[in-house]
Amino acid sequence: MEIEEADVIVMWGSNARNAHPIFFHHALRGVANGARMWTVDPRRTSTAKFADHWLGLNVGTDIGLAHGVAREIIAAGLQDDEFIANATTGYEEFVAFVEPWTLEHTSSVTGVPAAAIRDLAHAYAMADKAQICWTLGITEHHTGVDNVQSLCNLSLLTGHVGRRGSGLVPLRGQNNVQGGGDMGALPNKLTGFQDVEDDEARAKFEAAWDCTIPPANGWNLTQMFEAMERDELKAVYCIGENPVDSEADATHARAMLERLDMLVVQDVFMTRTAEMADVVFPAALGWAESDGTATNSERRVQRMRAAVPPPGQARQEVGIINDLAAAMGDDSWGQPTPEELWEELRTVSPMHGGMSWARLEAEGGIQWPCPTEDHPGTSFLHGRLWARPAEGRLAPFSCVDDRPPLDVLTDEFPLRLTTVRALDSYNTGVQTEHYASPIRTGEALSISTTDAESLGVSDGERVSVSSRRGSITMTIEVEEHLAVGLCHTTFHFPETTDINQITSDAVDPKSGTAEFKAAAIRIDRLPVGMSDPLVADPSVGAPLVGKYA
Amino acid sequence: MPDLYFGATTEATEDERAAVAEAISGFGAVTIRESERLVHAGRTRTRERRHLLLPALHALQRAAGWISPGGLDHACAELEVPPAEAYGVATFYHLFTHEPPVASDTVHVCDDVACRLFGAVGLIEDLRAEGHHVQASPCLGQCERGPAVMVQRTSATDLTITAIDQSSTVGVSPLTVQEVAVAIAEGTSTPSVSLPQTLPSVGAPAGSDGLRLLARVGVVDPTSLEDYRAHGGYRALEASLAIGGDQVIAEVSASGLSGRGGAAFPTGVKWRGVADQEGRPRHLVCNADESEPGTFKDRVVMEGDPFSLVEAMTVAGLAIGAEQGWLYIRGEYPVATERLTHAISEAAAAGLLGANVVGSGKRFDLHLRSGAGAYICGEETALFNSIEGFRGEPRNKPPFPTTHGLFGEPTAINNVETLVNVLPVVLMGGEAYAAEGTERSPGTKLFCLSGRVVRPGTYEVEFGATLRDLIELAGGLPDGRVLRTVMLGGAAGSFVGPESLDMPLTLEDTRAAGASLGSGVIMVFDENDDMVDTVRRIAEFFRDESCGQCVPCRVGTVRQEEVLVRLGRGSTIDNERDLLDDLAAVMKDASICGLGQTASGAVRSAIDLGLLASVGTGAGAGGSGADELGPNEGSIR
Repeated sequence: MEIEEADVIVMWGSNARNAHPIFFHHALRGVANGARMWTVDPRRTSTAKFADHWLGLNVGTDIGLAHGVAREIIAAGLQDDEFIANATTGYEEFVAFVEPWTLEHTSSVTGVPAAAIRDLAHAYAMADKAQICWTLGITEHHTGVDNVQSLCNLSLLTGHVGRRGSGLVPLRGQNNVQGGGDMGALPNKLTGFQDVEDDEARAKFEAAWDCTIPPANGWNLTQMFEAMERDELKAVYCIGENPVDSEADATHARAMLERLDMLVVQDVFMTRTAEMADVVFPAALGWAESDGTATNSERRVQRMRAAVPPPGQARQEVGIINDLAAAMGDDSWGQPTPEELWEELRTVSPMHGGMSWARLEAEGGIQWPCPTEDHPGTSFLHGRLWARPAEGRLAPFSCVDDRPPLDVLTDEFPLRLTTVRALDSYNTGVQTEHYASPIRTGEALSISTTDAESLGVSDGERVSVSSRRGSITMTIEVEEHLAVGLCHTTFHFPETTDINQITSDAVDPKSGTAEFKAAAIRIDRLPVGMSDPLVADPSVGAPLVGKYA
Repeated sequence: MPDLYFGATTEATEDERAAVAEAISGFGAVTIRESERLVHAGRTRTRERRHLLLPALHALQRAAGWISPGGLDHACAELEVPPAEAYGVATFYHLFTHEPPVASDTVHVCDDVACRLFGAVGLIEDLRAEGHHVQASPCLGQCERGPAVMVQRTSATDLTITAIDQSSTVGVSPLTVQEVAVAIAEGTSTPSVSLPQTLPSVGAPAGSDGLRLLARVGVVDPTSLEDYRAHGGYRALEASLAIGGDQVIAEVSASGLSGRGGAAFPTGVKWRGVADQEGRPRHLVCNADESEPGTFKDRVVMEGDPFSLVEAMTVAGLAIGAEQGWLYIRGEYPVATERLTHAISEAAAAGLLGANVVGSGKRFDLHLRSGAGAYICGEETALFNSIEGFRGEPRNKPPFPTTHGLFGEPTAINNVETLVNVLPVVLMGGEAYAAEGTERSPGTKLFCLSGRVVRPGTYEVEFGATLRDLIELAGGLPDGRVLRTVMLGGAAGSFVGPESLDMPLTLEDTRAAGASLGSGVIMVFDENDDMVDTVRRIAEFFRDESCGQCVPCRVGTVRQEEVLVRLGRGSTIDNERDLLDDLAAVMKDASICGLGQTASGAVRSAIDLGLLASVGTGAGAGGSGADELGPNEGSIR
């Protein structure tokens, strides 16, 4: 983990302490080795509490802050001119584009004190090795892709990319979400990130698989729901996803799924989506019940081994899919072993070409790209930018506009809601609700002391929480030092508190990701006499003595 | 604060909060909430403040009379230390209590080897009978005027109460319950220099008054910088600035000065090693955790001439290139602590410490840290851990302090007596200093005379004086008493018999005799003293003070004490010899630090001298009649 070698670590829109605790151990090792850590987040998260400096920006002003940092780096002459000239394009336009983002202007937009922006800019630019790590605080916005690009600009300005110990680190949510993308579980990519719309690539796969591949990109999840609404999409085979609970504006999502002619769900648990399905395939867990590989955030492919047989009728997923193919009339797929599947993959995915099954067994893990059997794997990407002259396509600066969240704050919906994560729960709880946790305290809406006072609500009170999409009942938790006007909640317990009834339906058109991080809401006290008895709440663990701070 | 779980169900009181705030002022809490949008915190700030934990614990104990759960949590929140870890630190020390106080004053009565010769056990009973909250204590470092009392007070400074003049009342408790009660009511400690500490007539260099280290003790006003200067103070610092740090180290090397804490390591070599670590922050630490039973010489210097230690530390710190000096003084020395605190602030105000010492452009800051009742913290690496805010457990060596000491940085750590020797070295020059004493043991030495002598106290003599010389300096034994044995070098040293009276007390002669000068303890026992009880008390001391980190010491000291108790109840040496031999071998070979390695020394020497041989006849412990000990005399001679 190169984070251990960094001098400056910027956790930007990432509560890795809760969401990526294993990675965060490595980040803390970096801190122990002398790295200074900044966090940029609207809340002082548990990650921020480990940081040397926490910068509390307004929700959805990440691009503005990045531009302000960029302008300060340029104004102070701290940019890496040699790298910029060698490896990038669009620098002059970028300089002009960010010129209005003075420290004062950036501060007024983001709420972060000017001196703190300056300190971050200088520390990042002057570090020998600096990394910016981000998670959903960057991507779950309608400007998610632009947000990422604004951070990329910073690394291009300073040359903190393509070098060991420096770089841009998007933290993945699942242990194998990287592997899913690698294998082509993307609407626009074939296995090994080869473009669907690239005729040559498609022809290679068609030859290898003896089939015809549709020549146009598919739909992403958001587009699928739009297609359902248009009745273009009539049947869905949903593997390992729980859109009933995870989609923003859940009422809408449920309605769309109900319109389908056919819903097939393959999952390890009986999720609320599975409950709606016409057919449910119980699947073996990827972990401990399946043989194969997983690829982690740093592109390291590792062998996974089954330790126990799956329970009941649950089956290996490869077996389910291949039997389905046979039932649909093609019995040529057979029942390949994981090793046979892997060896086939190597013939069509150049970046996996050098990773023989034997090497994976022997070396314990290899980072792609690894094109040949004598290639050691690649610990970091974009090293080509440091070649003289840089190899391949030069890296462009991105002049992206700062655009606030689409669910605007008004007098009717004056509070900003952002969704967050707890350490001991995962997303909609499918994988975590069956475990007891001594630190699980259930769902609550955290609001600032000031807002609690002006609304006249108190800690523990049940209130009505409404957005432009819907209304739910929640418990208030007053949080000292939370920014005025900001509210946050987890969404781990959809069966008792269905947060996605009220989250924003805005979507980043470039990525299809919903803007979970910025909804506009209103809090109303429940009418007198109307009690909302706290039903036996499975999300609430054993009572705690004292509290976590 | 990150990932800290606070379990206390009570909150800190206002007093406790204020006390913690004052203790960590100058550094402040870890988390700085600059605004609702900008907070500074982090591991660096946490690490930099961890050393404030011990002062914060002292502040809590002082404010509330105990380390309350709410108070501990508050200190932990401010310093961002895991409460469980801080509890481990707090419970390491004798002087911190963890139950609500039963009285505002706790009266610690020394019942260690010297004080129990003079009625300590009876005094404890008498004080309890009068309703005082009494705790028996290991050596309080007042052996020349025992039995000693240290009163630990809530919301007030602690007191040391002893006899004022012991010379006329040998063998009888001179300190009464009434005197203790009066002293507590008045809130005054007993004046510190109660006896003539020196007799220059024996062993004094020709043409001088004979005193190098004690010249100002009892002469100058210990609270006056002006008076200190009038008696030659700060001339050594001037001289050292004139010749430069390298030359100071050269003079110290030429002087042959070696460590006076017991290990006798050459001081010049140690300093050179630290000075050579250029480019790294370096530290000077003064080990004033004088806790070896029978030792009180450093206390006499610190109480009587505190500025000399401040000056000596400044000279040493500048010589080795340290910008930070740390004076770690045992918590049982309230008078010395107060005087040194005063001296440090006076020196700082006069520009003799701080960012620009006497206009030299060099920085030297001096921090005073109080121990809290732990003999082990006199071990140098345990002392570092204690300052750093961890349990005072010794570290494995190597690496040695010269490269990895306090905060893992190069550190010279010296005993008080070693450091004050630097002043005459600088003033006289190393060669002239080396001309005094013997060739292998140059200079003068402080000895702590206590027990059955007419004038107990601290004596400074040139190296070369014999044990007999020292005992005669102290007036010999009281009339009618016959010398039976001498504890030489402290509890970690050994017993010697009358046949050793003509042994010169030099490093080389004691080493040749299989003994050690240790910290300069000469505790005299006569034929009426109960040696089984004395040796059992020593074994109890080591059992109580073992930090428990390593098994040989943790278990071995318990087994050893059990043997001594059995001997007192009628077991015989012959029954126990094999076990004692095994214990001694294991503790010596396998303990991490000197405590375990030396814990069997005094016991073994007592057996070898036959001091314990008289028991085992079924007569039981506690007997001290001459009849019972009579047969033993023959075996000594």
